[in-house]
Amino acid sequence: MFRFILTRFSLIIPTFIGVTLLTFALIRLVPGDPVELMAGERGISPERHAELRAAMGLDKPLMVQYGTYIADVVRGDLGQSVVTRTPVLDEFLTLFPATIELSVCAILFAMIIGLPLGIIAAVKRGSVFDHSLMGISLTGYSMPIFWWALLLILLFSVNLGWTPVSGRISVMYWVEPVTGFLLIDSLLSDEAGAFSSALSHLILPAIVLGTVPLAVIARMTRSSMLEVLGEDYIRTARAKGLAPFRVIAQHALRNALIPVVTVIGLQVGVLFAGAILTETIFAWPGIGKWLIESVSRRDYPVLQGGVLLVAAVIMLVNLLVDLTYGILNPRIRHGGH
Amino acid sequence: MHQALRGAALGLTLAAGFVSPLAAKTLVYCSEGSPEGFNPAFFTAGTTFDATSRQVFDKLVQFERGTTKIVPGLAESWTVSEEGLEYTFKLRKGVKFHTSKSFKPTRDFNAQDVIFTFERQWKTENPYHTVSGGAYEYFNSMDMPKLLKSIEAVDDYTVKFTLNEPEAPFLANLGMDFASIQSAEYADAMAKAGTQTKVDQEPVGTGPFQFVGYQKDAVIRYRANEAYWAGKAPIDTLVFSITPDASVRYAKLKAGECHVMAYPNPADLAAMRTDPAVNLMSQEGLNVGYLAFNTEKAPFTDTKVRQALSMAVNKDAIIEAVYQGAGKKAKNPIPPTIWSYNDKIEDTKYDPEAARKMLADAGFPNGFETDLWAMPVQRPYNPNARRMAEMVQADWAKVGVKAKIVSYEWGEYLRRTKDGEHQTMLMGWTGDNGDPDNFLYVLLGCEAVGSANRARFCYQPFNDLLVKAKRTPDVAQRTKFYEDAQAVFKEQAPWITVAHSVVYEPIRKEVQNYKIDPFGGHIFYGVDLK
Repeated sequence: MFRFILTRFSLIIPTFIGVTLLTFALIRLVPGDPVELMAGERGISPERHAELRAAMGLDKPLMVQYGTYIADVVRGDLGQSVVTRTPVLDEFLTLFPATIELSVCAILFAMIIGLPLGIIAAVKRGSVFDHSLMGISLTGYSMPIFWWALLLILLFSVNLGWTPVSGRISVMYWVEPVTGFLLIDSLLSDEAGAFSSALSHLILPAIVLGTVPLAVIARMTRSSMLEVLGEDYIRTARAKGLAPFRVIAQHALRNALIPVVTVIGLQVGVLFAGAILTETIFAWPGIGKWLIESVSRRDYPVLQGGVLLVAAVIMLVNLLVDLTYGILNPRIRHGGH
Repeated sequence: MHQALRGAALGLTLAAGFVSPLAAKTLVYCSEGSPEGFNPAFFTAGTTFDATSRQVFDKLVQFERGTTKIVPGLAESWTVSEEGLEYTFKLRKGVKFHTSKSFKPTRDFNAQDVIFTFERQWKTENPYHTVSGGAYEYFNSMDMPKLLKSIEAVDDYTVKFTLNEPEAPFLANLGMDFASIQSAEYADAMAKAGTQTKVDQEPVGTGPFQFVGYQKDAVIRYRANEAYWAGKAPIDTLVFSITPDASVRYAKLKAGECHVMAYPNPADLAAMRTDPAVNLMSQEGLNVGYLAFNTEKAPFTDTKVRQALSMAVNKDAIIEAVYQGAGKKAKNPIPPTIWSYNDKIEDTKYDPEAARKMLADAGFPNGFETDLWAMPVQRPYNPNARRMAEMVQADWAKVGVKAKIVSYEWGEYLRRTKDGEHQTMLMGWTGDNGDPDNFLYVLLGCEAVGSANRARFCYQPFNDLLVKAKRTPDVAQRTKFYEDAQAVFKEQAPWITVAHSVVYEPIRKEVQNYKIDPFGGHIFYGVDLK
């Protein structure tokens, strides 16, 4: 087991170097200069331009810049945003809980709806329910997020008035961040009604962000269930005269869930990618919106640091998933080594 | 499953209750983005000024709300010496700075605060100069370091600015956002506590609204300053709800989640006009969208060629197609809302035949080839540069001039056009301080070649007029110089002046007394709710 963990950890280092190199190179390959963007139509004198570039460390050769960047990262310093002049790590820590809160709710939504639907579709294979569900889930999977979000806003927020349009909480409340998770912070605060406001603000973005994972989970559950339902031991269970519900819930589901859990783990990356659009539309103050803005402002430190931190989180989640398998399934732990 | 359903049902019931009790008169403004920070002296973006200088701070002189007219602010009155070198301001007495979590003022606003505000930006030896990474872009780009000779406190309530050379627009500069007056006492207190950067994060001003708090990328909250020298604002609380997507801002406005929204989508304007809950306000912007010829590159060194190509462009069609009616044809480089606008000037008539003839006279009977640069982004003065370029291209083709459209990423576009790589290009400008100098000298003066003067136009008789106008404090005289300059401009034709765009501001019907700011800002002092 120890060797397994060690191998997994050693794989992290090249991934890390890859991520830093890639973000560093990509943002610099995109034309555009943060100083020019700041000056806008007014223009800026060449001397002042050089001065500001030097202040940002952009006057040095690329290799030196990369070296400095890596050295800083190793020391735990991700630099400062060139726009707001606050440390990248501080900004990330302020915004990240909002993204986690949204992602967790989205994946919960996807699981709570997706798993039962997948199971029912598998059990009623070939039925009208099965066919329509698979059709709908394919639609959900291919739905452009921004369009879907605007549609839901127009229906539920503008026409029906059931949910708020955007934001994390009604602007009438002022909840001091303690944990950064607003559902928790609003309970801790003494503002009555803050919790229900925060919850109601989560509904639409969580649905939008959860739509693609929901479709994936439902389809995966269905196919995995179908496979298991064809196994000999299920036939045996049925032959023994067990109640159909017990056969499905106890015998089939447990085994069918293993590949589904893998898929759920893989959705973390999908969630972060989806969060970028969802957050922009719903004015959700998370890291998605923050990263998008850093691209358009050519805020190199934010983009580099932000992507690195997101990559670190995804790697961590994947590592945990792998380790869980290792514990669950000895064949994986020893396989190939 | 059962549990899940119950959860969903609970969610829906809760959702119905999201409308929370309103505090006494709270105005919610759906802004388009997050401020870069809370010290307006560091930044140049309107979004940042909306959140800082336009609510929290005052300047020595201000612009009357909804106009570009300079009126007293923290200075009650001022005198300018005869040669235009000394500006002496009498300061308002009894003005209080805000009290915040970290700071309680012990004295009223006085001359020390004015000196601190400007010396921090100006003097490298000022202990606050480098705090928060200090780069004072606006102060520098308005050439303040070159202009200022000294600032001194004559007494507690009198401040004298001495300039190196006469500069009439100087007064208007002092009404700009970077000149927001900061508290020297607050700065000292934070320096003692070792928390200097707080001055730039928790702003303390004398303005109509007091900063309460900011939750990054989500919301900014202010409360009305009870002790405001010009009287407390009619609303009690001001909230900025940061909403980057324009369609979502409109949805929030419709749903009553905000009262005023920034920058509507042009596509939504038709619906807003007929929306019973919304009052769509509009005003000509303080801007100009233009096409600049690179006057250093042949054949555009020839005035005749420039005039011919101006004649060849059908501006009416552009206003119709690109601005979709939300623009006014421009004949002068300054918008009509600025004083000294020369209305006697006749615009170049659209006449392809005459243009062709003029080109032949200039030695190009068969036309020539050129490039035409188009901005990749939407700007307040030009909603669709690409489309505009295509229309100009088609117009020019009719007189035999083949233009190749060139476009780069915005930052790259700015850099390359500043360096003069283009032959012709689209550009525009939004005024900073309502002074004609801020258009004419900044964009067409000889000194601005290599920065904002992208036509690289340096014509001595024209430049002389601008310099003379700068040196004279007398407005009547200045007006005359600028009127003459506009006539010279028309005859020299370094640009094709295309349009002044119209600014739209959708507000809810219950909002009263809102005025569109010609500078493109959003100002909430004086605004009330029914």
